[in-house]
Amino acid sequence: MSALNASPDGAVHNLWTHAAEAPSIEYLQLSPALIVLGAAVVAILVEAFAPRSARYYLQVGLSGLALACGFATTVGLAVGGYATDKAAVVGIGSLSVDGPALFLQGVILVVALVSVGTFAERRLEPVAHGARVDSFAAQPASVPGGEGEQAAIKAGWTTTEIFPLLLFAVGGMMLFPAANDLLTLFIALEVFSLPLYLLCALARRRRLLSQESAVKYFLLGAFSSAFLIFGIALVYGYAGSVQYPVIADVVDGTVQSPSPALAASMSNDVLLLVGMAMILMGLLFKVGAVPFHMWTPDVYQGAPTPVTGFMAAATKVAAFGALLRLLYVVLPGLSWDWRPVMWGVAILSMVVGAVVAITQTDVKRLLAYSSIAHAGFILAGVVAMNDRGISSVLFYLLAYSFVTVGAFAVVTLVRDAGGEATHLSKWAGLGRRSPLVAAVFAIFLLAFAGIPLTSGFVGKFAVFAAAAEGGAAPLVVVGVLSSAIAAFFYVKIIVLMFFSEPAPDGPTVAIPSVLTTGAIAIGVVVTLVLGIMPQYFLDLASTAGVFVR
Amino acid sequence: MADMSFPLLTATAVLPALGAVATAAVPAARRTVAKWLAFAVSLGTLALALVVAMRFDPGGDRYQLTESRSWIADFGVRYELGVDGIGVAMIALTAVLIPFVIAAGWNDADPVEGEKTGRSWRPTQGFFALILMVEAMVIISFAATDVFLFYVFFEAMLIPMYFLIGGFGDRAHSRGEEEGAKQRSYAAVKFLLYNLAGGLVMLAAVVGLYVVTADQLGEGTFSLQQIAEARASGELTMGTNAERMLFLGFFIAFAIKAPLWPLHTWLPNAMGESTSPVAVLITAVVDKVGTFAMLRFCLGLFPEASAWATPAVIALALISIIYGALLAIGQRDIKRLVAYASISHFGFIVLGIFAMTSQGQGGATLYMVFHGISTAALMLVAGFLISRRGSRLIADYGGVQKTAPVLAGTFLVGGLATLSLPGLAPFISEFLVLVGTFSRYPVAGIVATAGIVLAAVYVLLLYQRTMTGPVEKPEIAKMPDLRPREIAVVAPLIAMLIFFGLFPKPLTEIVNPAVEHTMSDVRKTDPETAQSDAEAAK
Repeated sequence: MSALNASPDGAVHNLWTHAAEAPSIEYLQLSPALIVLGAAVVAILVEAFAPRSARYYLQVGLSGLALACGFATTVGLAVGGYATDKAAVVGIGSLSVDGPALFLQGVILVVALVSVGTFAERRLEPVAHGARVDSFAAQPASVPGGEGEQAAIKAGWTTTEIFPLLLFAVGGMMLFPAANDLLTLFIALEVFSLPLYLLCALARRRRLLSQESAVKYFLLGAFSSAFLIFGIALVYGYAGSVQYPVIADVVDGTVQSPSPALAASMSNDVLLLVGMAMILMGLLFKVGAVPFHMWTPDVYQGAPTPVTGFMAAATKVAAFGALLRLLYVVLPGLSWDWRPVMWGVAILSMVVGAVVAITQTDVKRLLAYSSIAHAGFILAGVVAMNDRGISSVLFYLLAYSFVTVGAFAVVTLVRDAGGEATHLSKWAGLGRRSPLVAAVFAIFLLAFAGIPLTSGFVGKFAVFAAAAEGGAAPLVVVGVLSSAIAAFFYVKIIVLMFFSEPAPDGPTVAIPSVLTTGAIAIGVVVTLVLGIMPQYFLDLASTAGVFVR
Repeated sequence: MADMSFPLLTATAVLPALGAVATAAVPAARRTVAKWLAFAVSLGTLALALVVAMRFDPGGDRYQLTESRSWIADFGVRYELGVDGIGVAMIALTAVLIPFVIAAGWNDADPVEGEKTGRSWRPTQGFFALILMVEAMVIISFAATDVFLFYVFFEAMLIPMYFLIGGFGDRAHSRGEEEGAKQRSYAAVKFLLYNLAGGLVMLAAVVGLYVVTADQLGEGTFSLQQIAEARASGELTMGTNAERMLFLGFFIAFAIKAPLWPLHTWLPNAMGESTSPVAVLITAVVDKVGTFAMLRFCLGLFPEASAWATPAVIALALISIIYGALLAIGQRDIKRLVAYASISHFGFIVLGIFAMTSQGQGGATLYMVFHGISTAALMLVAGFLISRRGSRLIADYGGVQKTAPVLAGTFLVGGLATLSLPGLAPFISEFLVLVGTFSRYPVAGIVATAGIVLAAVYVLLLYQRTMTGPVEKPEIAKMPDLRPREIAVVAPLIAMLIFFGLFPKPLTEIVNPAVEHTMSDVRKTDPETAQSDAEAAK
């Protein structure tokens, strides 16, 4: 790390070194992530030492408290001006504390806080041998369908490890959009990816599907990580540094008196272009943009639904944050090269996501394809390359993440004997049996579709306006057309819920505890408030929309 | 320039919205309470709309009762309301018709006995709440002078409409209950997808408008007045191509809503499958937003592009007139017949708007109002008829005038209004549209006149087949005449048709100054002959 961080003309090859100076760490600015990661470590200890009966309450309490404290400190930092005039690069140049970072960290923390509720929900699954259980495997290590599993279920065990895993994932996600050098970016990526791979495998029902999804996610994720790290190596070879500002200077050609080695590598654009392309691939994989979207439907479908909801919302927020920072801080000088590519990716994502979603018959897969289309819409804002581009993407992410968490929380409620009834045909007539649940889901679908008076519309307008201002009018046209296509399948679900006859053996809606109800209620409230009174949040996003370099 | 007095227009829209929430909250067992509550709210809204009409000074400013508040400053969006004479007429029409829609649909949404539903399933409450919600959104659309604000409600009203069409149909369907539900859901989806697609095209144009204004004025704006001022002072100039693209984006959305051939195909499905009060709501109220918006936004924002598109639009309008009338003649289903007749009438309205003469546009505005009333009369009586026999097919009727004379008589008056019989209100508006068209486009005027002849054919054929002749079917022989509630619905509508047919002045006085403003928007004056005629008429 220190060798890589050394300045290009530094003393890497010397045989002696200075006595190590204690690096100064800005604990205050880093406190949100420190709190969450610290709590994650404590949670592991709880797992090791607390009795099984107390773990659930300890873990839920600890996670909730840590995330709430993290959010409070994030808000405190933002109020204290760290989002604007006191924005700075901290942690020896590895992290930035600025508007976009704090904004996205705040969103991730609230999403995670809501997700703790859906993770901890224990009223949906039928009581197993006297114990209330959540939607995670009783003992993940046991063979699905084997004796060990039976014994674990009988003993009423639950997997409370999900909470430390969640906290680690959140910690990584908070660092990801704040990363100010490529190595921190990579480490943050791994910190949040590994727990997610695990969480995907932990479903209580349909465990084989769940494990399959985890393996797929892990293999493809590992593949994309390899691309990312290879790209980082190439870019380091080009710029002689992994730090964003240094790379940006080299890319712009504004570096002062380059060393001979740097001068030689600087002229080699191939390293830069190939390296950056690989880094972008790694990020676009996490975002779920076409053509790096293949994992999305399988993972969304197989993972336990609370995990899907959390992952779909928070990963997207974190990954788009990192993408924005990379493109706006490091690569503005290269925008002539990457913009056409991103145009293509955006168009493909919007069209493929919307078109393929039409044929889906599983509600989780359908939402997965819709998330791909949404990635395309957000990318339309990303390529705008203007102030409004940043703020519109921030706003869109805020709006989208709450709709997603809420929508997946509703999916957890609709159940039949086999667990969640995710096949669309089973949702027929839901509106007649449970009008309220169906109406809430309809609100989320309308928000996905971008109907006015929901947050989805304001977000869509914001990114399209940014794109149009940034000279990407064709993207707006494609976006509008694919929105029209997308509207079709959102409407299809609404038709199914309200206008179809309920099947005689159809699913029932489980009555959740306050945890899931709260998650859904927060989703609805945010969706409507952002749709009707968006001004405060738009202001927030545009104040926050300035990167520090 | 907002006056700080009571926000009358907001109140007119908020009252039905609150009423909708309250109606939806009525417990499942208290259906009657919900009905009366909704009816009372619609009457209250009517009262407020009448206050709006009375406070409006035809000789005053162009937009009156204005309200202006910041809404989404980031996009330059303001909550700006204001009405000109056309807006007043349309708000009044909406507020007048909704009580009739509610009264006519009094029992349409009662839950079916023995239906398997959840405890909290409250179709009746939902039905009336949705109607009030639509009313609120339509009123805001008519009052909005901010393009974005208009767009929001123009799109949002699709959702309650969609549930009204898909969720509530006629009890009896000629092809069985299940097929009926399927057809209904198809109609609802078709309605939504057509209109949503149109709305999204418009969204692209709204974004475009924002970029154009942000680019040239430094700050994006959607305010009609601000844009008009900027254009007048030369601060804002749209390139010819840009203006045409934006015009098209807006126009396509409005042409789908209106609906204009060839974007009309959703209307017969939607009107055919929904209950007749909802069909009235679609054609008499919601679709008017489309034609109204052509006047206010297409002509107001893009005068040059409007002039450029006029020949094409007039051609489409003429096709609509003739095509709608011909297809109406060929229909076997009463409600679809009225739907195609409406398409023909919307052709007249669009023709009048784009004739770019003051008679044409004044006539088109009156046409919107009178078509609303006459279609409501015809369609609601048709609904009463259908509910008695349980069939929408014309062939299932015959000789009704012998067993139910009042029903037949009111049906005839509604029909005669539809074919624009002199003495009834629609005659005046149709005549004005034709005169206005003749003075600028004589050929178009002649073609449009054929629509009148065809209207006589489809209306009289309908009456002849359903009402006259011998009573052959036992269901007809037992058919009861109109009930007091039904008479109470139809009688005022017919009274209005006759009143405005003889004495249209209160309406023309409000509308005409607004038409003059629109004419000056498009920088058109009436052709010589028409002007002198108009002066002679004065």
